Amino acid sequence: MNEGAIRRNDWRARGHAGWWAFAVHRISGLGLAIFLPAHFLVLGQALTGAEALDGVLAWTDRPLVKASEIALVFLLAVHLGGGLRLLLVEFGGWRAAWQPALIAVAAGGATLCALLFALNLA
Amino acid sequence: MSSARRQSLLWLAQRASAAVLAICVVVHLATMIVAVRGGLTAAEILGRTRGSVLWAAFYGVFVLGVAMHAPIGLRAIVAEMRGSHSRGIDMAMLAFAAVLLALGLRAVAAVTTGRAS
Repeated sequence: MNEGAIRRNDWRARGHAGWWAFAVHRISGLGLAIFLPAHFLVLGQALTGAEALDGVLAWTDRPLVKASEIALVFLLAVHLGGGLRLLLVEFGGWRAAWQPALIAVAAGGATLCALLFALNLA
Repeated sequence: MSSARRQSLLWLAQRASAAVLAICVVVHLATMIVAVRGGLTAAEILGRTRGSVLWAAFYGVFVLGVAMHAPIGLRAIVAEMRGSHSRGIDMAMLAFAAVLLALGLRAVAAVTTGRAS
């Protein structure tokens, strides 16, 4: 087939759980990589004393920041779930029939973590 | 080092760090879910971590794993978007790894060193 004839952005190739698992894993990884330096900088505030860290923690006590924290917990948990599935695929062998269930468990587990965090944060 | 060998080593490092991080993330998620109950204070966080060799070792390993895992993942994404690998991407990711390692170890020192209160 002529390479020019390949429809690289064909959405029909993306209408399945595997593609969404890939997309979520990539987006969550990017999100976490962007967040990490800020997370480390905030924790580093403790070097100048507990008061400095309390100052940052007080700033986080607002709805939008709390919602972001819940989203970050979801991103971390879903990246964990997706990553464990990938390790299973790469080292345990490909089992096509298992994939929808594994993806559902990863998504469900991440949602549960985010909800538990949100309930305790409230 | 040949490009194929470098790719193989990075693939292995990515999976090895992923396996270590999986354990770290489970502990971190459980800690966060429990710790935020009733609000989070510096006294509570530092009371748990300061003077604790165990938490220092745990977070040290966590930071090492992250500093390895995240840049390799970003490198793959950037190379895929550009359509090729390049020395520039490798240098940028090495710099990102150094930043994560430095900031991460600084954060670990900040929350684990000093008197336990």
